[in-house]
Amino acid sequence: MDSGHTAWMLTASALVFFMTPGLAFFYGGLVRAKSLVNTIMLSFMTIGVVSIVWTLWGYSLAYGNGELIENFIGDFSLLGLDGVAMMSGEEDSISPLYDVLFQMMFAIITPALITGAFVERFKFSTYLIFTVIWITIVYAPVAHWVWGGGWIGDAGALDFAGGTVIHINAGAAAVAAALLVGKRANPGLQPNNVPFVVLGASILWFGWFGFNGGSALAADDFAVNAMLVTQIAAGTAATTWGLIGLFATKKISAVGVATGAVAGLVAITPAAGAVNALGAIAIGLGAGSICYFAVELIHRTNLDDALDVFAVHGIGGIWGCIATGIFAVESIAGVKGLISGSFDQVWIQIYTAGGTLAYSFILSFAILFVLDKIPGLGLRVSESAESQGLDLAEHGEQAVVNDGAN
Amino acid sequence: MDSGHTAWMLTASALVFFMTPGLAFFYGGLVRAKSLVNTIMLSFMTICVVTIIWTLWGYSLAYGPNVSGDPLIQGIIGNFSALGLDGIRWDPIDSSGSFSGSGVDVLFQMMFAIITPALITGAFVERFKFSTYLIFTIIWITLVYAPVAHWVWGGGWIGADGAGALDFAGGIVIHITAGSAAVAAALLVGKRANPGLQPNNVPYVLLGAAILWFGWFGFNGGSALLADGYAVNAMLVTQISAATAATTWGLIGLFTTGKISGVGVATGAIAGLAAVTPAAGSVNPLGALAIGLGAGAICYYAVELIHRTNLDDALDVFAVHGIGGLWGCIAAGIFAVESIAGVKGLIEGSFDQVWIQAYTSIAVLIYTFVISYVILFVLDKIPGLGLRVSETNENQGLDLAEHGEQAEINDGAN
Amino acid sequence: MLKIEAIFRPERVNAVTDALTSVGVTGFHYQNITGQGQQQGVEVITGRGSQTATRASVSKTLLVTIVSNEKKDDVVNAIIESTRSGDIGDGKIFISEISDIIRVRTGETGEEAI
Repeated sequence: MDSGHTAWMLTASALVFFMTPGLAFFYGGLVRAKSLVNTIMLSFMTIGVVSIVWTLWGYSLAYGNGELIENFIGDFSLLGLDGVAMMSGEEDSISPLYDVLFQMMFAIITPALITGAFVERFKFSTYLIFTVIWITIVYAPVAHWVWGGGWIGDAGALDFAGGTVIHINAGAAAVAAALLVGKRANPGLQPNNVPFVVLGASILWFGWFGFNGGSALAADDFAVNAMLVTQIAAGTAATTWGLIGLFATKKISAVGVATGAVAGLVAITPAAGAVNALGAIAIGLGAGSICYFAVELIHRTNLDDALDVFAVHGIGGIWGCIATGIFAVESIAGVKGLISGSFDQVWIQIYTAGGTLAYSFILSFAILFVLDKIPGLGLRVSESAESQGLDLAEHGEQAVVNDGAN
Repeated sequence: MDSGHTAWMLTASALVFFMTPGLAFFYGGLVRAKSLVNTIMLSFMTICVVTIIWTLWGYSLAYGPNVSGDPLIQGIIGNFSALGLDGIRWDPIDSSGSFSGSGVDVLFQMMFAIITPALITGAFVERFKFSTYLIFTIIWITLVYAPVAHWVWGGGWIGADGAGALDFAGGIVIHITAGSAAVAAALLVGKRANPGLQPNNVPYVLLGAAILWFGWFGFNGGSALLADGYAVNAMLVTQISAATAATTWGLIGLFTTGKISGVGVATGAIAGLAAVTPAAGSVNPLGALAIGLGAGAICYYAVELIHRTNLDDALDVFAVHGIGGLWGCIAAGIFAVESIAGVKGLIEGSFDQVWIQAYTSIAVLIYTFVISYVILFVLDKIPGLGLRVSETNENQGLDLAEHGEQAEINDGAN
Repeated sequence: MLKIEAIFRPERVNAVTDALTSVGVTGFHYQNITGQGQQQGVEVITGRGSQTATRASVSKTLLVTIVSNEKKDDVVNAIIESTRSGDIGDGKIFISEISDIIRVRTGETGEEAI
């Protein structure tokens, strides 16, 4: 066991953990004040629930020793993490138990990302049940496909830190959820607290160094490159978004720049182990402009994806996956990208991303459709709860109390 | 390759990154509510813009010779060998145990380049044109930050290869340059219609100061550029100095006003952190106590004094970072311990180091002031740019005028 | 006894309170309000892109004070002098009669309780 690699991976796990609270504030700042606590809780409670599910059966289904269905899903060999070695063998650079921890943080943030689609109107208890099922039959298989020895990894797709597993997956599920729960009584983005949005985006960015840098699974040259291109892509995408906004509205909106940064981080995620600094600038430039226009376009449709999860994570993730194939540098990625004259990798990236998108959308739609029909559950809160705000209706709390009473 | 050193440097880079969002909240809490978003954005957008500049040419101008080639002007500026980060070393750490010229070097130094212009913004909040600021940052990083970083850490005339000044983590490069540019900016943009400090959100100030303090462990601890005894000493003296300065500031406040202000203690902590920055690689814990005590007291009176002048350095950037950085640089010469710093400080009977610290600091102070003044003077004269927002926008607040946003909306409408 | 309610630009609040103090008004209260008048609303960016909307949320300050009838002109002039810029959005002053005042501590009523 190498203490340096272990030290970095422990740090990276803590950094990735911190992303979900960051997301809570990013989303929390974007909703109306009356549903601030609810929006924060959607993310925060995900941390709790997914930690349990991952320990009991999630990890086993994704990364178990055998496969229930070949190339598709793991097995039940590691239920309750029974049988995962704590001490490493001679050949391990880090403890096998470590993988459980790091992968758990990824499983946590993915359903939390979806919640942005249905804030201000989704039943909290139904969401918790949805998360348990979704981790089991959507996240665990897709993680297995890409990183657990499944068909996407075998196809040779490059997904360094989870462009397909996390972002495309979350984006597709967000569309299914937004379709089934329906539009809010009063759609539109009305951020109640812009500083929270920037705080959340900053924490996400900070944590993303663990997300991408840690995905090298060692403190080595890949980790260094991953962190560097992460910073560059995020900075470029945020600046791009801000400048497009400046030309369109004469103003640079803070919410826009923060969103641009997240779009850049999403897009660089699959590519962080395949591109160099100039590739990262290109990916950031693409993420800033493509996701900007995706937001504009989707706002014109009838889909009320409240916090633009599909436009930022879905489209951003797809762009990142394809861009990985375009800008891959052989000395880093081990395969040639389109810029080196090979189209093969782009095609692999496209069909694996498409496969994930379709699978996640169909399964998420089916889960939510069934939950909606079960008496006592249902997806949507009552009309009066929606207009009163979910903080009081679902949690019995008010976000900020300023009066002098008590 | 040593994984432990790499692990620590990656962690430290992430910690230093987090300082700039912390600064956004530290400054954001101090301004009036109507310019909260603008103040946060000044810092946040700096992260984005400087990242691009650093990648394209900033790193090369400051540290190009680390990668390949000779400096353009020996001792003064790097070269163009690493434009677009071309040719940076793939292995993080070389056989001699150095990160220089690798991705770690680029990343860690990038975070320092980011926070420096963000520090300056405190001088001109509530009245500066946002788009002009972005242009200013690009030029300033190129003409001021990159050369000074080269002077001190890139093999230039101030650092170990030149005069031998001790600047462990950037007292000269970051705090003195930011403080000096702040004065130039405050002079040229002029006083606010309604000067004075009226914090809109004290919890944000304390949150921001706490994040800065947290990130400073990466700033000073990482500046050892290895996970070694220097890093441990740097983190320890950082903690001691910050806490001592914060307590000192609080107590002086208690004696003069009968109260301990949250904003004051937070400011004291930052002053202590700024002051110990150059000294973190040369003093021991007792030296850190002395530096913290000095930082708390000197910066407190510097703030008092500057408030009596006509200079509207809104968030006291010069008093805290300029004077704090200056005190720290000189204190690094006073309290240097030979067993740590490798040179004798004044307490060990040698005045040489103090003199080196003093003249290099003053030189950077003057260089930065002159160049920053010229950059801003020119930007002010360019039609369509200009430094200052209109009077209406200043009154209405910059959040709506520059960003089309309101920081907090609590009404039930929509 | 008159109730004077003044709506004015928030950045004038210190000037107004100073002016009121100088004409002998001892008590008042004020709060931050949002709304719209001839100035119409403010343009804010909604969505994250190029969409904007006009919100009826121009920031203003509403100050309320009770004065005796003979002080009316002094107080009104003090407010006008400290708030007028001549541009749209300077605000309005509303004056109304009130029937009684009671000071809670002493039970005094009427003008004595002002």
